Amino acid sequence: MNGYIHSIESFGSVDGPGIRFVVFTQGCPMRCLYCHNPDTWALNLGKQMSVDEILKAYEKNIPFYKNGGLTVSGGEPLVQIDFLIELFEAAKAKNIHTCLDTSGIIYNEKNAELMAKFDRLMKVTDLVMLDIKHIDPQEHVKLTKQSNTQILKFTRYLDSQDVDIWIRHVVVPTITDNEKYLFDLGYFIGDLKNLKALDVLPYHTMGREKYKELGMEYPLENLNDLDKEDAIEAKKHIIEGIKKRRSELEA
Amino acid sequence: MRSEWNDFVGGIWEKEINVRDFIQKNFTLYEGDDSFLAGPTKNTTELWAQVMDLTKQEREAGGVLDMDTKIVSTITSHGAGYLNKDKETIVGFQTDKPFKRSMQVYGGIRMAEKACEDNGYKVDPEISEFFTTHRKTHNAGVFDAYTAEMRACRSNHVITGLPDAYGRGRIIGDYRRVALYGIDRLIEDKKNQKDTTPSIMSEDVIRLREELSEQIKALQELKKLGATYGYDISKPATNVQEAIQWLYFGYLAAVKEQNGAAMSLGRTSTFIDIYAERDLKEGRFTEEQIQEFIDHFVMKLRLVKFARTPEYNAIFAGDPTWVTESIGGVGIDGRPLVTKSSFRYLHTLSNLGTSPEPNLTVLWSTKLPANFKKFCAKTSIASSSVQYENDDLMRVTHGDDYAIACCVSSMRLGKEMQFFGARANLAKCLLYAINGGVDEISKKQVGPKFRPITSEYLEFDDVMDKYKDMMKWLAGVYVNTLNIIHYMHDKYCYEKIQMALHDREVTRWFATGIAGLSVVADSLSAIKYAKVKTIRDENGIVVDYEVEGDFPKYGNDDERVDELASNLVHTFMEYVRENKTYRNGIPTTSILTITSNVTYGKNTGSTPDGRKQGEPFAPGANPMHGRDSKGAVASLASVSKLPFRDAQDGISNTFTIIPGALGKEDQIFAGDIDLDLSK
Repeated sequence: MNGYIHSIESFGSVDGPGIRFVVFTQGCPMRCLYCHNPDTWALNLGKQMSVDEILKAYEKNIPFYKNGGLTVSGGEPLVQIDFLIELFEAAKAKNIHTCLDTSGIIYNEKNAELMAKFDRLMKVTDLVMLDIKHIDPQEHVKLTKQSNTQILKFTRYLDSQDVDIWIRHVVVPTITDNEKYLFDLGYFIGDLKNLKALDVLPYHTMGREKYKELGMEYPLENLNDLDKEDAIEAKKHIIEGIKKRRSELEA
Repeated sequence: MRSEWNDFVGGIWEKEINVRDFIQKNFTLYEGDDSFLAGPTKNTTELWAQVMDLTKQEREAGGVLDMDTKIVSTITSHGAGYLNKDKETIVGFQTDKPFKRSMQVYGGIRMAEKACEDNGYKVDPEISEFFTTHRKTHNAGVFDAYTAEMRACRSNHVITGLPDAYGRGRIIGDYRRVALYGIDRLIEDKKNQKDTTPSIMSEDVIRLREELSEQIKALQELKKLGATYGYDISKPATNVQEAIQWLYFGYLAAVKEQNGAAMSLGRTSTFIDIYAERDLKEGRFTEEQIQEFIDHFVMKLRLVKFARTPEYNAIFAGDPTWVTESIGGVGIDGRPLVTKSSFRYLHTLSNLGTSPEPNLTVLWSTKLPANFKKFCAKTSIASSSVQYENDDLMRVTHGDDYAIACCVSSMRLGKEMQFFGARANLAKCLLYAINGGVDEISKKQVGPKFRPITSEYLEFDDVMDKYKDMMKWLAGVYVNTLNIIHYMHDKYCYEKIQMALHDREVTRWFATGIAGLSVVADSLSAIKYAKVKTIRDENGIVVDYEVEGDFPKYGNDDERVDELASNLVHTFMEYVRENKTYRNGIPTTSILTITSNVTYGKNTGSTPDGRKQGEPFAPGANPMHGRDSKGAVASLASVSKLPFRDAQDGISNTFTIIPGALGKEDQIFAGDIDLDLSK
């Protein structure tokens, strides 16, 4: 089976543990204001690559990935869930560490056929990096043009599976860089049993150039990069939320 | 056993000059972490502040603070010089004061004059007269012998960076010998070597006997250099401070005598560590003191300076001295050669701040101790000043006591030397093949008048055929040009102290070099997989190309083009090997234009890969800028396919990455431990 691939990064060092072979898939239903890869939005575009082709490219340089593995990011990889299942099943058969970087947006517990696919995918996924864009429902819609209801449900579903979880969160000045929201996010994820890491991603403006190249208007024109100090501060607030939740659970 | 060697484990090294054996019998592997390291002492900080102040003055003076214009630099030419005699634990400068550049004329008097003039100084007319009329220099010798064809290749930049007007460098004396044995023993050994040469006086034997005499004289001068600073180095060093000082005197003598294109130090840290361990054990010095000696030694290495011209600095992008020190690596018995002093050397980057010199080079192996790897990574992140080379690859050929000269040239210490060989511009050579030997910029007939390509579109087999002929011609002119250069360098600018610190029978690597590898690989790929149209000037010379369609580009782990690159290296090397080399040097080649790629690009016309006239080449074996689109591993994979056996003098890949793309910021990322909130 072929997938629509936006690009390949053979030296991914920030998308999961170790050095990783990162496949960026094409197509995403979200329209996040800060998205730095708007060229991955459109569906059914990009280069078609087969599972075999991808794994061959991976195995060619396998010594680099001995402490890392394969990450599929996007775009939204779950848009191509059939392809993803085939890729991860083949990768697992070769003992490759698999990591899914997702927004969880297409999760739908009412669709039995889809749920069967999710169950099958989770069996061959070692780590899910779930990017929660905003904890507040209204703000989430403003930021991404989508509701976060399914995403929050997906978080619960993940915790019922045998899979490690990293929560990623982009801290954007004036949008998510807010003590309450950050605390609430921490509180929400505080009861996850499989939570292994919190990956705070400071907002940066490197996407701006891409918008220019694509002839698109950059929606956050007046925002600056988030300072490292603010990111450290943001991490603190989220962890406070986690702590609060955990202490309540203990009591 | 001699008293200076008390407590050392004996061996063959006592009976013959054999530093490797001494190291193997005596070094202490260190697998711990960096917590033992000491910060800078007050004296170190004060001395370094003085250096920074002088550096500022030098910069304000336009790049040079002082130059000698009267005294020709030799091992014994100057009196002692100091920063602050009371604070320095390791002493010695090239002239009688720091930041004063010495005058070195044996490579070429014109270069020495120009270096002075360009910096606002003038060589004493008597010196100029003497070295023009009475004493010939290397440069004059070379030009007496060059053919018209060689001169044309040189001025049209198809062969570039030839060491025909300055010192060739790339030779590393085994400076450790001075510390371990003392000068008297080394002289005795050299005398014995001279007494046992063959007695039938062929040219080779006569030259050898003359060279050995020169070496003995140089050793005697080295002893005097030590005495100038109040040290008697006729005997072996007795402690770590002396060992560093003796070793440094050996190196200092070399940089007083030679303004070489690369004056590398060798592989000294683990040797020095044997003395440091003994002194620590016997309570002679503390960790702070030992670190201070090493800091002061490294400070001296940072202050090695040469008189050079702006053109020279343009080729090398700055004023590099290539004081390369090789650290770590693994022994052939499997023990890593990592000691506490391997850490101490790297730690100078933190105690004195970052610096490109000395060029601290880690001989990397997967088998290095984990703590040392961590410390290397930590130092790299903090300083961006550590070079890495693949020990697992080089150990196979060079064993476990080799060092790097310049940036990548490996040689066994005291047993192998190199004839440095500049570069052949293979991209320009491709253009010569297309234009029948006519230079695309000067429009002169530089290469042989082979049949040019006359078709509008380039056809792969046709181009390859003609390119091979042209490469074969270029390899011939190139090797023969180098033969002249090295003959004359040996004759008029012999590296007597460096060769005195070698065995009598040395292996000579005859180094050549390649520039423009990725330009050619992509050009050939464009011709093969896309359509390349020629654009000609009014005389029919192809001066530009139009590429129609896409083609595989080197740097994406794509066999189709990577194979073209590998074959190119192999083919050119085979042509080089067909030629007779001076002193039967063993031909090697390197792909390592780390800084000169800009200059080469400037002098090369448009190429069939779409690169326009004047645009820079990629450095070394790098893919062309912006053409590798699959990330670093794919890019490195393309480079790593190049055959080391055909480019044994080294393959370099300049890798730049923003720190954020190398991993998570640990203050922002919260891994397992942070989330375990009970802690």
